[in-house]
Amino acid sequence: MSEPTNVNRAHEMHLLHQMLYIRRFEEKCAELYSREKIRGFMHLYIGEEAVCVGVMEALRPEDGIVSTYREHGHALSRGISGGAVMAEMFGKQEGCSRGRGGSMHLFDAKTRFYGGNAIVGGGLPLSVGFALADKMRQQTRVTCCFFGDGAVAEGEFHETINLSALWKLPVFFVCENNRYAMGTRLDFSHSQTDLSKKAAAYGIASAWVDGMDVRAVEAASATACEYVRAGNGPYFLECRTYRFRAHSMYDPELYREKSEVEEWKKRDPIPALIARIDPAAEEIAALEQQIAKQVDEAIAFAEAGTLEAVDELTRFVYSDRSPA
Amino acid sequence: MTFREAIREAMRQAIKADDRVFLMGEDVGRYGGCFAVSKGLLAEFGPERIRDTPLSESAFVGAGIGAAMGGMRPIVEIMTSNFSLLALDQIMNNAATILHMSGGQFNVPLVIRMATGGGRQLAAQHSHTLEGWYAHIPGIKVLTPATIDDGYGMLLGALKDPDPVLIFENALLYNMEGELSPNAGAAGIDRACIRRRGRDITLITYSMGVWKSLEAAEKLAKKGIEAEVIDLRTLRPLDDGALVESVSRTHRALIIDEGWRSGGISAEISARLMEQAFYELDAPVARLCGAEVPMPYAAHMERAALPQVETITEAVERMMPAHG
Repeated sequence: MSEPTNVNRAHEMHLLHQMLYIRRFEEKCAELYSREKIRGFMHLYIGEEAVCVGVMEALRPEDGIVSTYREHGHALSRGISGGAVMAEMFGKQEGCSRGRGGSMHLFDAKTRFYGGNAIVGGGLPLSVGFALADKMRQQTRVTCCFFGDGAVAEGEFHETINLSALWKLPVFFVCENNRYAMGTRLDFSHSQTDLSKKAAAYGIASAWVDGMDVRAVEAASATACEYVRAGNGPYFLECRTYRFRAHSMYDPELYREKSEVEEWKKRDPIPALIARIDPAAEEIAALEQQIAKQVDEAIAFAEAGTLEAVDELTRFVYSDRSPA
Repeated sequence: MTFREAIREAMRQAIKADDRVFLMGEDVGRYGGCFAVSKGLLAEFGPERIRDTPLSESAFVGAGIGAAMGGMRPIVEIMTSNFSLLALDQIMNNAATILHMSGGQFNVPLVIRMATGGGRQLAAQHSHTLEGWYAHIPGIKVLTPATIDDGYGMLLGALKDPDPVLIFENALLYNMEGELSPNAGAAGIDRACIRRRGRDITLITYSMGVWKSLEAAEKLAKKGIEAEVIDLRTLRPLDDGALVESVSRTHRALIIDEGWRSGGISAEISARLMEQAFYELDAPVARLCGAEVPMPYAAHMERAALPQVETITEAVERMMPAHG
């Protein structure tokens, strides 16, 4: 490694902070769901933290993000405040979507975060549009599009990859392959389970990476973004990962063995990174404390939030401003 | 000038005037448009602004949404409304919802044009009249131009709107000849208009129905019945005020709608008249709709499945009090 040891260590501590923050935030969400503070469908990111944290390192503020319904981690690592995310799930107007979206529809104009999308594959075509707009306006920025292994079975995936390749658009496709489309295992969904090959078939740059290793995801994302930014067209990166928790809060997990989950937990990206950094126990305790405070503040912000007046109900169906 | 040329001219003006405007869709470029609406535009503006797409309705409609959110003003042509069903997820789950789901952060200034309607012996999969059905969806606007001026002006009006607008062009109108008003420009897209004044009954219709109703009104005039013809122009939002005003003068209303009767736009109009003009009515509101069958191929059967001039006059005569 050419990186000086202390710089490298500080960077890894930063990655650890990000991942651990998402982990603790999500654990708290599960608790708040049980207490009925959060309702609706909620999909936790626990186990997959290395993917978004690694990917975000390669993105710049001017880049855009199209996300999925399992997007708390994406939103937090992109820099949307925990308070705004939590308030959204509390249905408060201080939420990042004014309480109109909930857990599955986090949006934020400031960070160019174009939403959690709750239709599997539904965000993919949008990413091509953002990238097309950028290309037509000669902006060298990247649109990063997250989706899961389930989406790869959708027609929209194939239409989108083909169109992005055809028009050589600056899209960074990030496939979070957590091996289950809700409860259907990869090999029950896909005749070709090497998903990177499916993208490669459209003639685009395609690779896969260990999604449980944040440094590997970071490096692969950097390579991908460099390629896209240089005007070479889209790039597909399959991040092989695993969710430790149920699909959503309603899932009794009948479709997989506990032993399988335990096997994957041995590859938990957070202890793996801790082992790599090898920090003092006090350092971890201090980090945990700092994160606990961050999460508490997010909850306090959400609790203190207010409910939008009901007479606002039909706002945002059409734009407030009259036609230009 | 034909209806087709009026729409082409509007696109030409818009693409010339605003570098954010571009056209994309199946065969819009090299082929010249399935109905030749975009003929010549590729030569004039080049492949960046006139973009042929693969047969991927979901991807290119979604790309239009993304591009609109990314600062462009796309016109997406879907070859026919029948194929729009392949993009329904993008239209309904993204275009119509994102402004609201994002708490007002992201509007979608997208125009989608498509050919619609039966009457050309194209059978059950190529003859749909779906505009009334789309009018069910909050978050989009649904336009149904019937005249040369509206083909031109409503498209320009739609491009000035901050929200998604769907324009349904009845394919039978493309060859219609007429003069474009010398002062034609961007037209309002939220008002109905009276195409013929009359004192005895209001014929409420749109698109092809306008021309059939005007012809029927001339025949009725010879029998001493003066029918008023209202062209809805826009199915969402519906111009309730214009309907109530007219019915308050004529005290009778017949709705002519080529779409299926059950749950159709005619049912909505009828209900609104009942709610807002019940005491003005001298007879129950009547409807003349498309027959509830998948469109048959045989000419005589197809003819019987759609409202015709003679079925309009018959319906009106049944509604009028017996003479003498």
